[in-house]
Amino acid sequence: MTSLERHLRDTLTRRRQNGAAPILLMSHLVLGYPSLEENRRVIAAMVAQGVDLIELQIPFSEPIADGPVIAMANQASLDRGFRVEEGLAFLGEMVQRHAVPFLLMTYYNILHARGWEPFIRQTAALGGSGLIVPDLPLDEAGSAISLCREVGVDWIQLMTPTTPEQRLAEIGAAAAGLCYCVARKGVTGRQTAFDSAIYAFLARCRAATSVPLALGFGVKTGDDVRNLVGKADIAVVGTAAIEIHRTGGAEAVGDFFKTLKTI
Amino acid sequence: MSQGYHGAFGGAFIPEILRETFRQLTEAYRTARRDPTFWDDYLRLMENYSGRPTPLTLAENISQEFGGRRVYIKREDLNHTGAHKANNVMGQGLLVKRMGKHRVIAETGAGQHGMATATMAARMGLECVIYMGAEDVERQRPNVFWMEQLGARVVPVTSGSKTLKDAINEALRDWVGSMDDTHYVLGTACGAHPFPEMVAWFQSIIGEEARRQILAQEGRLPTHIYACVGGGSNALGIFQAFLEDTGVELVGVEAGGHGLATGKHAARLAGDGVIGVAHGYKTYFLQDADGQMRDTHSVAAGLDYVGVSPILSHLRDAGRVRFAAATDHEVVAALKRLMRAEGIIPALESSHAVAQALKELPRLPPDAVVIINLSGRGDKDIFTVADAIDDPGWRHFIRAKATQYANRDTTGAT
Repeated sequence: MTSLERHLRDTLTRRRQNGAAPILLMSHLVLGYPSLEENRRVIAAMVAQGVDLIELQIPFSEPIADGPVIAMANQASLDRGFRVEEGLAFLGEMVQRHAVPFLLMTYYNILHARGWEPFIRQTAALGGSGLIVPDLPLDEAGSAISLCREVGVDWIQLMTPTTPEQRLAEIGAAAAGLCYCVARKGVTGRQTAFDSAIYAFLARCRAATSVPLALGFGVKTGDDVRNLVGKADIAVVGTAAIEIHRTGGAEAVGDFFKTLKTI
Repeated sequence: MSQGYHGAFGGAFIPEILRETFRQLTEAYRTARRDPTFWDDYLRLMENYSGRPTPLTLAENISQEFGGRRVYIKREDLNHTGAHKANNVMGQGLLVKRMGKHRVIAETGAGQHGMATATMAARMGLECVIYMGAEDVERQRPNVFWMEQLGARVVPVTSGSKTLKDAINEALRDWVGSMDDTHYVLGTACGAHPFPEMVAWFQSIIGEEARRQILAQEGRLPTHIYACVGGGSNALGIFQAFLEDTGVELVGVEAGGHGLATGKHAARLAGDGVIGVAHGYKTYFLQDADGQMRDTHSVAAGLDYVGVSPILSHLRDAGRVRFAAATDHEVVAALKRLMRAEGIIPALESSHAVAQALKELPRLPPDAVVIINLSGRGDKDIFTVADAIDDPGWRHFIRAKATQYANRDTTGAT
């Protein structure tokens, strides 16, 4: 069991013991959007309101798996001159400042341009807990996964409703830290119906791996999170937080997570 | 390692959600490739609907001008819808029917692929959505007009640089949500496996014909073949039939834009492309040190792409294909020269190949036999070309037309 997985399990156990719903909250933000200073404020507000796990997206010019809101945030950050180097420095700063685990999310070319090996080693040295690279599937990621294991960064695998059983089993076997379950077909940010199909999908994921399951894509409200209790271990809220930040600033994001936390 | 590598290039770097769709597509493509009736159906469709075989025209005046070196032009501009794009689109259309899907999406830069896809969708009874960079929508309005008249919905993409690469991203986003009933008709030999291989297969019809035609007309193989390279589908289309013939020099011509030194170009293989991974595959991309894709420039919207076919990257590194770049200025001059000398109006994209051939012809051996692959027709570029030539009569016409529309909008007259 990796240290991230142990941390998540311990937190879930404590929550259960305290009579709280056994589900963790994971948030997502795009580095440099609208600015790193604002990222600092939002993260402070998220941590203060009990967000358990934070995913930092290093912007890429071709974010094919992201919906319009996150794609726009990627582009806006790049237009303001965001550089990967400052994103990594920011990860190190946040790890020092806050006690929650931080995951880095980005696309493969960002790793490739730097050299995937130095990138992974640097992530580990800075204290990053995991890496999510949606366009580097299992088949292409072999050596990267081995190195991640070696340096203690969890390579976060994605499971989707279209993934056949055999492949779910392969992904599950290679999973570390947690598995990111994609709630539905489509990119981030659209509405997801929390129905029996999602629960059946989560059950298939559960059968394929022992690591905690995070469900993302379209998780926007307290009801959505409540619906996941007992089905998933982590609810991932990304686009909704970015939209709330755009209209209400860092404080509104804090308030938003507070409402999610009270379930 | 996954399938679909050409040397170090290619692969399938796709989000997990699309993996099953790619698996099904690969299977459908492989089955079709093994089935001789599929290729027969394809040939029949191309003959009866698209006007194939396209001629291999001897450019007599240019040949004479260059001391009797024989210059031939492969006339993909005479395909239905005016470009080689029809070859790929009709092939994929037949596959769509086999897969039982009823909606197609596509990206387009110059508009030729969008128009070919809209045409195929109309003929095959499929719903059709075309993604196009907002900037390209502006500069290729005539093609947008025709796509819409053919029944397609054209969606202007306002993200990123508002050009072809952003249209590709948007089409992929659509597909991630719609793959059950939708096929993404990728327009060139790029993207994740099996697209590069599959598109190259459909386009191989160009080279197979050209090979037969040149042997019939000259009794020997050509010494040089020139083709423009955006994504690389027309170049691969003609090159493939000659790959084993090492005496045939293959030249890919990229967009030199304002010149390689200015950074405003789209020359990945002749310029400063760096190996990377985006849009689902590994190839040479124009990118910065962080791995962010750079903005590209070309007078020809269809060549304005940051990546290039992984098959061509491999052929470049293997030393089989030589790459060069022609500037916007050289391209417009070449276009004018071909029009005046031969009465053929090439697309701005194709004019890159013409420009490079004209540049090199004086130093080729006197018995050289050259084929220029003319990927598409030029009349779609009338606005861009008229701008580049700065034609006063055209300016007058546009002003008069604008006044006429302005008056109509004011008076409400129709």
